[in-house]
Amino acid sequence: MTATKTRSGGGAASAPTQLTMAGALNAALRDAMAEDDRVVVYGEDVGPLGGVFRVTDGLQQQFGDERIWDSPLAESGIVGTAIGMAIYGMRPVVEMQFDAFSYPAFEQIVSHVAKMRNRTKGRVSLPLVVRIPCAGAIGGVEHHSDSSESYWASTPGLTVVMPSNPADAYSMLREAIASDDPVIFMEPKSRYWAKAPLALPVTTAPMDRALVVREGSDVTLIGYGPTVRTALEAADAAVDEGLSVEVIDLRSLSPFDDETVSASVRKTSRAAVIHEAAQFGGFGAEVAARVTERNFYHLAAPVLRITGFDIPYPSPKLEEYHLPTADRVLAALASWEWDLS
Amino acid sequence: MSLNVEHDAARRALPSEKPLRLLDNAGHAVTGAATGGFSLPGTETLLDLYRKMVVARRFDVQVTALTKQGRLATYPSAYGQEACEIGAVSAITADDWLFPTYRESVALLTRGIDPGDILKSFRGDWHSGYDQRAHRTSTQTTPLATQALHAVGLAHAARLRHDPIVALTFMGDGATSEGDAHEAFNFAAVWQTPTVFIVQNNQFAISVPLSRQTHAATLADKAVGYGMPGFHVDGNDVAAVYAVTRAAVDRARAGGGPTLIEGLTYRIEAHTNSDDPTRYRHARDVEHWKRRDPIERLEKYLVSEGALTEATRSEITDAAEALATHTREVITAEAELDPLELFDHVYANPRAALLEQRARLEAELAEAAAESR
Ligand SMILES: Cc1ncc(C[n+]2csc(CCOP(=O)(O)OP(=O)(O)O)c2C)c(N)n1
Repeated sequence: MTATKTRSGGGAASAPTQLTMAGALNAALRDAMAEDDRVVVYGEDVGPLGGVFRVTDGLQQQFGDERIWDSPLAESGIVGTAIGMAIYGMRPVVEMQFDAFSYPAFEQIVSHVAKMRNRTKGRVSLPLVVRIPCAGAIGGVEHHSDSSESYWASTPGLTVVMPSNPADAYSMLREAIASDDPVIFMEPKSRYWAKAPLALPVTTAPMDRALVVREGSDVTLIGYGPTVRTALEAADAAVDEGLSVEVIDLRSLSPFDDETVSASVRKTSRAAVIHEAAQFGGFGAEVAARVTERNFYHLAAPVLRITGFDIPYPSPKLEEYHLPTADRVLAALASWEWDLS
Repeated sequence: MSLNVEHDAARRALPSEKPLRLLDNAGHAVTGAATGGFSLPGTETLLDLYRKMVVARRFDVQVTALTKQGRLATYPSAYGQEACEIGAVSAITADDWLFPTYRESVALLTRGIDPGDILKSFRGDWHSGYDQRAHRTSTQTTPLATQALHAVGLAHAARLRHDPIVALTFMGDGATSEGDAHEAFNFAAVWQTPTVFIVQNNQFAISVPLSRQTHAATLADKAVGYGMPGFHVDGNDVAAVYAVTRAAVDRARAGGGPTLIEGLTYRIEAHTNSDDPTRYRHARDVEHWKRRDPIERLEKYLVSEGALTEATRSEITDAAEALATHTREVITAEAELDPLELFDHVYANPRAALLEQRARLEAELAEAAAESR
């Protein structure tokens, strides 16, 4: 077993250029592959096409088809073989083309990826990354817009993260690939084309930390991935109502950064969580429970959830009715009896 | 009518329905077409296989007895399947990797893994009891056919690293119906990985007979559709299983890609101790297969060749008894379990929330210990 590792030196930061989140992810893969030859990338259409979202664009031309290749069309096969490669010392980064197409791999992920380290008492860990383009608002047809994060987040043994912007996308993907634990790396599709000026390589906060992305004093709004933007919009609009809204980008669902969230909630005494997934049994329930358990006597009102409806993801022409909007967030905040505070 | 003609033509490309064998049930060396061009391994190899099978049989009988005494939570017996497991696993080297299922305890024994470690999971101590990397043997996998994909992935990684490693994986006849079996066969063939698939066709998946699992004439037929060689082998003929697996392993190592081998055998015992086989199969079938015992067959051959002396026979019996004694000792010994270890191997980087939960259990344990004092 000769898992050689090559490290490139220094790597001076480039001048800032406008980069989309897809571009930042592409750069993260490129840099990780250049630095460590144990990193291999495969999945459906990731080769010459560069992925249906172009996240792997140009990588096969640069690294050849022994480092990045198109696999047969079989998600369980992709994850299952990645397990074997990781056992042998590689660091596979595999792509599930869309969230709902990760379900054939469900068994491999929950039965093996999540448990291998545990059942082998730490002798075999699986440093693999499963990239899953997730969530909706892209006008996709059925099965192209699911939010499956709570399935993964409720599985011990997995790390589940979701960036919301290009800088985090780069930094968190690099960290995920370097992690000795398996990472479910969820990429909000509706943010793929979000741009920011970036000088690479960029290192933002560690991926297990939540970040306060806007300070406020009356309410803590907790979002992740696609709903961070919604939360920020709502915070802007709330100014007109005389409300000062603090916004937290969770970034990591598992582990959960209780510290950052609780500190904010103790300051504002009110919390609401926003996600696209259905409410019932969704990740917001975990957020609400954790916030309440830790901060009950600091809370002036029940923790609210602003989420998608408890329905299968709707067709493109109807998704706007389903997705949580800034208006819905404001309406929810208005439902609290503010004079009680 | 024409449909049948085409079907017959297609069948000619398929593995023989008559299982390939090198020793018949009476222990006579087979000649002619039935050998498929493979030749009988040398006497030294056969003696070694015989020794491993006798020891493994004794181990299996001992473990079944211990299970009946309530010492093990469950045990999937390999009684009657020794030729298939030992023949195949003896064809790989210590550097190669093995991806077993729950049924392959005797294959693990042949890998040099201690009985106590093999049985840790069945005793209920931990999900897996041995050092996977040291033995190059993955965990005994329960979700059916999933491990076949791990074998393909590992073999592919080894090839990318230019390491001449072969990955051997087992699955049962029932498991071939799972999607992961098909994905593994296909990935292996498309990527041309050095993987050897052994399908142990013991004719039942718990209670479900092979006829409810496939309409194909043999399970080896499956190989054809994926573009790899398939062999239908008498799984009670250790010489044939060894020779065919050995050829497949050599071919894989030389860059020739994967092979699918079906060993036709029979599960003499129940599926596990909690199964009642009288509900789904006839005693006469079990008797029929007992008369095709893989160990007796090889023994007859070795005796007729004058290769199995009384001295060797008693030396092997002693070794088998010693192993049975060791197995009894390690299984009846009190397990040393540390409940706090529950939290130790979930993540490489310990998590605060998990450490909190660990501290809570630690406090509970301390309290319980104080109370019992
Ligand atoms: C994915 C999956 N489904 C169901 C089961 C439950 N189960 C355990 S063993 C078994 C039968 C397997 O039969 P076969 O593959 O022929 O192997 P054998 O036990 O005969 O060696 C079943 C259905 C399982 N372990 N995994």
